[in-house]
Amino acid sequence: MKHFTKALLGAAAIVALMAGPSVAAEKAEVIHWWTSGGESAAVKVFADQFNAAGGEWVDAAIASGEAARAAGINRIVGGNPPTAMQFNTGKQFEDLVAQGLLNNLDDVAKADGWDKFLSPVLVKAVTRDGHYFAVPVNIHSNNWLWYNTALLEANKIEPPKTWDELFAAMDKLKAAGVIPMAQSGDAWTQVLLFNDVLLGVGGRDLYMKVYGDNNAEAVKSPEFAKVVETFGKLREYGDAGQQGRQWNQATGLVVTGKAGFNFMGDWAKGEVIAAGLTPGKEIGCVPGIGNQVYWVGGDVFVFPKTDNADALKAQALLAHTMLTPETQVAFNAKKGSVPVRGDVDTSKLDACAQAGLKLLGTENGSVPGFDFLQTPDSIGSIQDIIGQFWTTPSQAPADLQAKFADIIASE
Amino acid sequence: MKPRFLRFWMAQVALLPAWLIVIFAYIGTIIWTIQISFTSSKVFPVSNYVGFSQYTRLFGSERWIISVQNLAIFGLIFIVGCLILGFLLAVFLDQRIRAESVFRTIFLYPYALSFIVTGLVWQWTLNPTLGVQQTVRNWGWESFTFDWLSRGDRAIYVIALAGMWQASGLVMAILLAGLRGVDGELWKAAKVDGIPTWRVYVHIVIPILTPMFVTATVLLATAVVKVYDLVVALTNGGPGISTEVPAKFVIEYLFQRQNLGLATAASTVMMITVLCVLAPWLYVQYFRKPRSAH
Repeated sequence: MKHFTKALLGAAAIVALMAGPSVAAEKAEVIHWWTSGGESAAVKVFADQFNAAGGEWVDAAIASGEAARAAGINRIVGGNPPTAMQFNTGKQFEDLVAQGLLNNLDDVAKADGWDKFLSPVLVKAVTRDGHYFAVPVNIHSNNWLWYNTALLEANKIEPPKTWDELFAAMDKLKAAGVIPMAQSGDAWTQVLLFNDVLLGVGGRDLYMKVYGDNNAEAVKSPEFAKVVETFGKLREYGDAGQQGRQWNQATGLVVTGKAGFNFMGDWAKGEVIAAGLTPGKEIGCVPGIGNQVYWVGGDVFVFPKTDNADALKAQALLAHTMLTPETQVAFNAKKGSVPVRGDVDTSKLDACAQAGLKLLGTENGSVPGFDFLQTPDSIGSIQDIIGQFWTTPSQAPADLQAKFADIIASE
Repeated sequence: MKPRFLRFWMAQVALLPAWLIVIFAYIGTIIWTIQISFTSSKVFPVSNYVGFSQYTRLFGSERWIISVQNLAIFGLIFIVGCLILGFLLAVFLDQRIRAESVFRTIFLYPYALSFIVTGLVWQWTLNPTLGVQQTVRNWGWESFTFDWLSRGDRAIYVIALAGMWQASGLVMAILLAGLRGVDGELWKAAKVDGIPTWRVYVHIVIPILTPMFVTATVLLATAVVKVYDLVVALTNGGPGISTEVPAKFVIEYLFQRQNLGLATAASTVMMITVLCVLAPWLYVQYFRKPRSAH
């Protein structure tokens, strides 16, 4: 029995140590997954600005989003939360809000006037029941088509504006013996491609009905059938080496002129710039081919609940710093994304970002991203059926449509 | 001599940490897992009980069914293949060949690699645009095709093949030790009687090696149930979901897909399956032995 008491005491001591104050004055430990070259340059902007504002940035970078989120959530649940942690804009942090584990940011939001400069789509994404629970830091868009300008010119192809033109262009490339469309084997890139087709062929309304309203009837409609058919047709334009290929390797095929087109988000610009080329020049970009709609995604930071006064001060300072105009411009120029503030000088951003901003400014020119609208669970299920369809050329479009409707109906 | 009761209690105290670990870390977490599988937990365990609905969803999920089928295909090919290949290698090495230790090392070497490395090497070798297929085409055989890795109906066989490549050496080492233990007199006697070598192997040597085969099978079977890293490195479940396995299903629903309920339901099913398979063996091992010892 004595041993048992001792063991209990020891365990209590360890717990007490772990739960002790992990945050000193104005010190902010931030969990994020920005580890690639361009990404870490961008996150350094945050660190520098925060340090200049009187804080002390403690970097906790964890490679890969899933690992970083799992580590952060485990620490929050275990009672030793970081000062701030990253999520993708969307539903990933919804459970944390529901469990009351995140700090409400209304005070900072009110003082800085977030309502005035954040677009309504973003406000909706970071508030729950009218309260702010996250700081949006950037706007990424998934629906970009990238092409190799020199390769298109050599084959006498005009940059496509419609899906018909794109298919005609890819037929020409196929005949010329180059890979028409570079595609990665990762399931999320196949879903990205599908959503690009859904927006480009089906349009904004269909997209919102399917993902926003979970309307199974919309999935059974002839419009959706056309989307699936177009997506199925794209299977003929990929090459045999997709399995095991990462997204950046697929973009690399376009950069090196081995492939003509690649559907990828605007983070592909990082690969273009790393190769010493200019986005919008050697590597052209088309935002939202077909229906000109901009997909809004991005990253947010949340601030886990704490009673520590110093940590609270650090959280408020960090939330304020991340959204100042200077930080936003400098950070997004490095990250390849677009600032969340509509009121900052964007003339320094590249040609592709300008095109995106123009779309973002038009009425009904944007939709909230897939992650805003669907839970990780249903995203996973959709990923499974789309990956299966993409890699099984014999599977009929109607089959995918039926499975899709089942998932949407069960939400 | 200390009194008997003191000896007993000292033993119990010494065992206490082990007991605590068994009760809390193993049995406790198993019960907790089973309990969560009956709730609608997403990111966090909650106690909103929903009966068997997670199990209903599990067995209605095409991905889970494919995972289970893949495990069966992989397990069968992997275990049988390793046993046959390992036995042949062992017999080959047992022929008093020259430089035996060199061959032994070469055959056992793959087992020293992690599954992640094995997976990556085979992924590159079998990628149609990088590996074997492209090389043969570059030699001039333009129509040569070996694209099993990118074909949904074949990729699981590639995984089994890669697994066999890795684990056959282990089976070889175990069986070789067994072969060395076979009495030389048996061979002499068989020779005198004029029995062909292959019949000696089939009718005399293999029955003698039965315990070695059982050991190898148990080792291989545990590798089958927990297969995860090989699949992640080689195909990551692709093309599509054609090479998914149950362990990967559990991990993905635990973390990425934030559905604790479904993940724990899947792991509970895995555990029950393993117990069902193990039950006859446990019975033979622990309950029948005392009787046969009499």
